Order: sequence, then C-alpha cells, then structure tokens
Amino acid sequence: MNRLVIKGGRLIDPSVNVDGLFNIYIMGGRVGTIKPADRDTTELVEGAPGLEVIDATGLVVLPGFIDAHTHLREPGFEYKETIKTGTQAASSGGFTSVLCMANTNPVNDNASVTRYILDKAKAEGTASVHPIGAVTVGQLGERLTEFGDLKAAGCVAFSDDGVPITDGTVMRRALEYSKIFGAPVVSHSEDPRLAGAGVMNEGAVSTRLGLKGIPNAAEDAMVARDLSLAELTGGRLHIAHVSTRGAVELIRSAKARGVNVTAETTPHHLTLTDEAVVGYDTFTKMNPPLRAREDVDALRGGLKDGTIDCIATDHAPQSAIEKDVEFDKAANGIVGLETAFSLAYGLVEEGGLTLDAIIRALTINPSRAFSLNKGSLRVGSQADIVIVDLNRTWKVDPSRLKSKSKNTPYGGRTLKGVVIKTVVNGSVVYDATKENS
Amino acid sequence: MRLKRKDLLGIEELEKSEIEQLLSTAESFKEVSAREIKKVPTLRGKTVINLFYEPSTRTRTSFEIAAKRMSADAVNISVSTSSVSKGETLKDTAKNLEAMRPDCIVVRHSSSGTPQMLSKYVSCSVVNAGDGAHEHPSQALLDMLTVKEKKGRIDGLKLSIIGDITHSRVARSNIYGFTKLGAEVTVCGPPTMIPPGMERLGCRVTTDMNEALRGADVIMMLRIQMERQKESLFPSVREYSRLYGLDDAKLKGAKDDVIILHPGPINRGVEISSEVADGPYSLILDQVTNGVAVRMAIFYMLLGGTREEAQLK
Amino acid sequence: MPWRDLVKTRAAMDGMAIERAIARIAHEILERNKGTDKLVLLGIPTRGYHLALRLQKKIEEIEKVTVPSGAVDATLYRDDLGIKKTQPSLKKMDIPISIDGKVIVMVDDVLYTGRTIRAAMNALMDFGRPLAIKLAVLVDRGHRELPIKADYIGKNIPTSAREGVKLHLEEVDGVNEVVVTEED
Repeated sequence: MNRLVIKGGRLIDPSVNVDGLFNIYIMGGRVGTIKPADRDTTELVEGAPGLEVIDATGLVVLPGFIDAHTHLREPGFEYKETIKTGTQAASSGGFTSVLCMANTNPVNDNASVTRYILDKAKAEGTASVHPIGAVTVGQLGERLTEFGDLKAAGCVAFSDDGVPITDGTVMRRALEYSKIFGAPVVSHSEDPRLAGAGVMNEGAVSTRLGLKGIPNAAEDAMVARDLSLAELTGGRLHIAHVSTRGAVELIRSAKARGVNVTAETTPHHLTLTDEAVVGYDTFTKMNPPLRAREDVDALRGGLKDGTIDCIATDHAPQSAIEKDVEFDKAANGIVGLETAFSLAYGLVEEGGLTLDAIIRALTINPSRAFSLNKGSLRVGSQADIVIVDLNRTWKVDPSRLKSKSKNTPYGGRTLKGVVIKTVVNGSVVYDATKENS
Repeated sequence: MRLKRKDLLGIEELEKSEIEQLLSTAESFKEVSAREIKKVPTLRGKTVINLFYEPSTRTRTSFEIAAKRMSADAVNISVSTSSVSKGETLKDTAKNLEAMRPDCIVVRHSSSGTPQMLSKYVSCSVVNAGDGAHEHPSQALLDMLTVKEKKGRIDGLKLSIIGDITHSRVARSNIYGFTKLGAEVTVCGPPTMIPPGMERLGCRVTTDMNEALRGADVIMMLRIQMERQKESLFPSVREYSRLYGLDDAKLKGAKDDVIILHPGPINRGVEISSEVADGPYSLILDQVTNGVAVRMAIFYMLLGGTREEAQLK
Repeated sequence: MPWRDLVKTRAAMDGMAIERAIARIAHEILERNKGTDKLVLLGIPTRGYHLALRLQKKIEEIEKVTVPSGAVDATLYRDDLGIKKTQPSLKKMDIPISIDGKVIVMVDDVLYTGRTIRAAMNALMDFGRPLAIKLAVLVDRGHRELPIKADYIGKNIPTSAREGVKLHLEEVDGVNEVVVTEED
C-alpha cells in the first residue's frame, strides 16, 4: 500500500480551525494521522518502497479545492476541452474536485450521459468529477429531467446553467421536486429579455464603447424570483456566478430570513471591472458580464460576511472559432481553473479578505453546499490536498495552460500564490517542480 | 507633419493637434475636387481595400472616390455578415486580406470594436468607416470641417446633437471632436435613447428639444431607425417626429444664424422636415462634398511616410 | 533666427541684390516674351510664390499691365512621399485662370536637384495645356539630378552638396537675403 508523508508544512484547515505546522501521514488514499511537526518523533526510512515524502517546509498545505462550477465540454465540444485536459487544468490550479455543468452535447439530462462522464473521468481524469444534471430535458426549460435517475447515476445537483429557466413554474417545480434528493438547484439567474442582445455590463463603459449593455436588473430580478421560489417551496437553491451588488443584498436578506440558499461568485467578478472590456478583447466577454467597481466591492463584502459561500471558476473554455471574432459575435466565457487560487489569494494580499475566508470559499463551503463530504483534512478523510507557496509569483502564459483553450484575460499578469503540488486520493496528480520551465 | 498612429480608429484617441492637421489638410484637398482633372498622383501604387460588412453606398463611395482621386487603387469588398462562411474567424479574414498586401483597409461593421480588433491582426493602416454604435471618425471630421468653413471656428460654439444617441456612432465621434476643439456639446433625445453615463463623454444631456435648440450654433439631427419602434424605444414615428423632429416651427426657437447638419441619409418628415432639410440653414450637401476631402486627407496622412516608421508609432 | 546659432552661414545676396535680380528677370521675361501677352506667373510656395508676386509688381511698373499670377503647389506630385518619414504639409494651389495656350513662367527660390520643378510641371499639366512653360529662379546652386534648366536666373551660386542655400523674404521671414549655410 502506497504511503505519502507531507512534512513540515503549515496546515490550514478552516473547517476544523487548524493553522499550524503539521506532518500528514497518508495511506490508502486517506489521511492516516496528523501530527504536530515539532512533536513528531516518527522516523521515516528514506527510500523505503512505496513511501513518498514531500518536504513542505515553508509551504502551505490546504484541503484540495472544490470548483462548484466547471464546464468540461465533453461530450460534444472536445475541441474546446476534454475531461482529461479539463481535470489536468483543475489539478494544476489546485482543484481536486470539480462539478461539471450539464450544457454538453448531448446535454447531461439522463443517466447515460452522467455515466459516460464519470467513466471518462475515472479513466482519464486527474481530479474527482461530480456531474451536475440538467433541470429540464435538453435544457429547454420545459420538462423536468429524471432527477432520481441522475442522482443515482452520480449527479450532485441540477442546473440548466447557460440557459436561464424563464418559466417560474418550472423553477418552482424543480425546487420542490429536488427536495426528495436533498440536491440543490443551481440557478443561472438572468432575465434574458432584460439582458437582450447585451454583450457587456450596462453602464458608462458600454456607452463609451458603443456595446449593448446588460443591466444589473437582469440578474437582480431573477435572483429575487428564485429566492421567492426557494422561500415558497423550502427547496435548496444555489445561485451561480453572482455578479451584482443587488443580488448580494437580496441573498443577504434571504439568508437572514432563513431561506435555504447558497451562492457563488467567480474570481473574475471579484477582480475585474467592466473597464477591462476597453480594447474589445473578447476574453473579457462572459455571462454574467464584468460589472462596475461598486459590484466588485459588494461581492467582496458578500464573501467576507458569508453571504457568498463559494468561489467558483465558471471555467468556460472557448476556442479561436468562438473568440477570434467580432465582440458581438464572440462566445461568452473564460478559462479559470488555473488562475483561480492566485486571483483569490490576491484579494488577501490586497487586504479586506482573510486567507481563512478564501480557503473556506474554495473548500469546505462548496463541499457543504453540495453535500460532498470533502474540503476538510481529518483523520480518515479522503486525502485530497493542495500545497501552495504563498511567497512565490508566476506570470500567466496562456500557451502554458493545461486547458485545451487559452481564453484568459489574465495573460501576461503576474500573480502571487503558486500551486506546488496537488494530491488526489493520496496520489500526486500535479507537481510544479516537474513541469518544464 | 504626421499622425501619431498607423490607424484612424476613432476621434477619442486623437489629440487636438492631429484633428487640426487633418482639417487643414482636408481644406487643401477641396481644391483637387474642384479641378477639371480631379486626380493627383500622390498615392500611386497604393492599394486601399474598402471592407464593408454593412451596406453604405454613401460612405463607401466617398472613400472610394477619395482613394481614386489620389491615384490609389481602391477595391470594394461587401460582406453581408450572414454570408460569412462558418468557421472563418475575423482573424482569418484579416490575415487573408493582409496576404494581398494592401496599404490600407477601410472597414465598416455593425459590431463595435471590429476596426480595433482588425488593426491588431494586420500591419497595414486601418481606417474606421463606422463601427456599431462606437465611432465614425471620418463623419465627425467632415462635420467639423463643414462647421469650421461656415462659422470660421469651432472653439466656443454650441453644438446640439438630437436623436437616437444610444445607437449613434456619429454622436460619439462628434462629441469627442467638437469638445476637443473647444465647443460645448449637448445631446438630446427621448430617455429611451440616451444611454447611461453619457455625460462622462464630455457632453450635457437633455430630453427637452426646445432646450437643446435654444442658443445652439449648430444643430445635428440624427437618422432615426424605424425598426427601433419594435424595441419600444419610441411608440410611433408620428409621436417621435412631433417631439424630436426638426421643423420650421421648432426652428424658430434657435439662433438666426444656426446651421443644420445631418449625417444622412435623411428620413424626410421624420427627424427633419423637408422645408428644413432643403432650407437655407441646411448644410447637408456641403457635408457630402467635404466628406471626400476629409477622406483624402486621412489617406494622405496615414499612407505617406515609410511603413516601418509608421509602425513605430 | 535660431539657425544662425547652429550653423555657420555666409551671406550670398542682400536685399538690394535680390531686388536688382528681380528687376533684371522682369525685363528679360518681357523682352523674350515680347511683352505681357499670354503671360502667367506661377510661384512655387512658399517663397517662390512671393517672388512671383514681386515679379508681377515689377512688370506692372514697367508695362502698366497686371499679369495674372498664382501658386502651383507641387507637394502632391513629389516623388519622395513614400520614402520621407513624415508627410509634407500641403501648400497653396491657386491657378487663377485657364492655362490653356498660355506662357507659364514658374517661379522658385532656389534651383537644386530639379525634382520640385518636375513635380510642379506635372501638377500644371493636370490643369491644362500651356503653350510653353518657362522657369525663373532667384538662385541656381547646381547639382541637378534631372535634365532641367532655368530660363531666367537671378544668380548662380556654386555650392557643395553639403551646403544649404536659403532665401529669406520679408513677407515670410522679415528679412531679405540669400545665405549659404555650411550644412544643409
């Protein structure tokens, strides 16, 4: 049986309020023991067969990150990303688990697609993959999918992400019906009529650039509806990629009333404003769009006070065919798995957010929101671990991303916080020191 | 004398001195168009591609005539956006055109920012002939030339732009141009057609037509797209015309020496009445004449000089 | 005059010499043209144009006839537009009457390579078919690169190619003189 020891690192696990120097002993893919480094007298036999020792001195050891919102694109869009390349991107970004959205082709609206994804992930993936099933058949917003079948096949939540569910009754039924399975309905909360043909945030910048805007109200109105429906039904609601200050406020007050809601926002909505669109770089086009400074501040506030539970990447690979075109015609989305941690850590460096808060948002919070029983390092838990260097910086070079697509607006940026090693199920799946530099 | 750039993408990025250079050069070029033989050999051997993704007989013809009067070879490519073959990106199109070694690509596109993107893909000059609701620099230059000719100056004048501001690239370019040259610009239209943050472009905003007309030295009427009715931007042409159309009665509230511009083509009886369009204050045809001179000046300023030098910016 | 501080100069003609040269050229033009019939004076801007105006005035004094005069800008016809670093500014183009069948006297300040004259002649041809084109210059400094010769010359000033010759006129520069600078 393979054994892995991570020695001398600073273990931070907010789920159990741990922050200190520990040695972690891993066996059979699970955490065996965790000993304070200064009181650990275990003598390891160097070079013993099946024993791997990682010296994490000066590094930070964290529970593996969980991405509540990834587009792996397979099946159907393998030219953009595959389960293999997508999970490799996850590993290099420190993510040990990803929840993949249902808008593949065919749509993940039946158990056979779910099983296909899981089989592929098992065979080729370097991270745990948890599929999210579609809410409605073909994501057409009309008929509910067989939640029971999907859940049994391995889906952890339901979402028509990419396509808002405009029919309030369909959304109501989804929230009611999913209660049987305790699985959340993840809402892409957007009023498509209000969003219209918009391609960026509506405001002074869209006016200046002459681009059609998407008002905050397109999100606020739908979030308000979804929260009302969650309150009405008592169902489990998770709001995807929150981008507006209005939505933050609505969720905050809903939580205060006891509505069963969780929410996520993305690294890009936390770090970029619509000013980034100046220059018409299609890598700044996403849905929801990059918003104003006030929205960014509100999102950070929401993350700080727990209104927003998770930082999720909305990793959305797109190829040149979708992006090397006119801004109006370009597809939405950016790749995010490999920059997420560094961007989130940048918020800590800037001040305003604690390291504890962003680790929670990347680990225990998504685990709880989706009942994954992960995101925490205790004796017996699955050994999903990431080791990071908070003192080192790296320069984002799109050509070196593991993702098959290179659509990042952060190309050329120098970010602080480097993922050194990623461990899934006790095995090292990513090792920065073995990458060609 | 030169522009500090290889492309003319918008007025926003131009310095005041560059605008003044373009205008004074355009004034000189008017003489060429007045000759019997309307052709100079200045750009002999240069190739200009007019790449129009949006139909526009007027602007395209003006650029074509300007290029030809300077002895450049002008090639027109009209692309209906819907017919662009699937799988070919804008970058592909740009690279293919560049492989034919043009000296300048004049591009018109319904999508804002396309000339900016194109300019990053090609090494030749790119001239924006109108992109979406963003900018239409040659139109603003010809408007400035027309006003300068008639009024002798731009500094200190009051310009009111009236109509669908949201969708108007002409409005944006003119706001930048006129304010840089010292004019005061007011935009006016129904609130449904004034986008948020308009003031930040450097203009005043009003929804009251009479207020916009009062004290204005120059009135610029914008063309109203009839199909905007379907988007609930205005209830009917009749009501729009009554509230924001320029006719003799409303014109009574303007200055005695006011001048009226319109980028064309006009909707007679909608945003402008026939009496006004054909009346003594209207300079609509002078604008068209000046359009050729301004475009000759643009070609002269961008296409002269060595290419390497131009790329250094 | 900042150039005085930068380079060594020597005066080649003073204001009186320039006036005398203009007067002589005026007489020569009238003599060879047998009067003012069909005569049109076109100066090459900037200083050639002012010389043309001075010639016009001188001829008027002699013959009591105002000969049509104007400006012919050669800028758009230059052969170096593609290789110069910056675009030259456009000057005045003012052809006051039809030049068909007229005797055109082009007036320039300094005749050097001949390229400007070539460009100006091409420009003129776009305006019509003159009976003849003659060339009057205040200074001929040599170093021709094209087969062009002046019909009326104020003064021959032999120079080396490294030197520069500048005419200053009161109308433009506030002083009347021709100077030779050590470096062009």
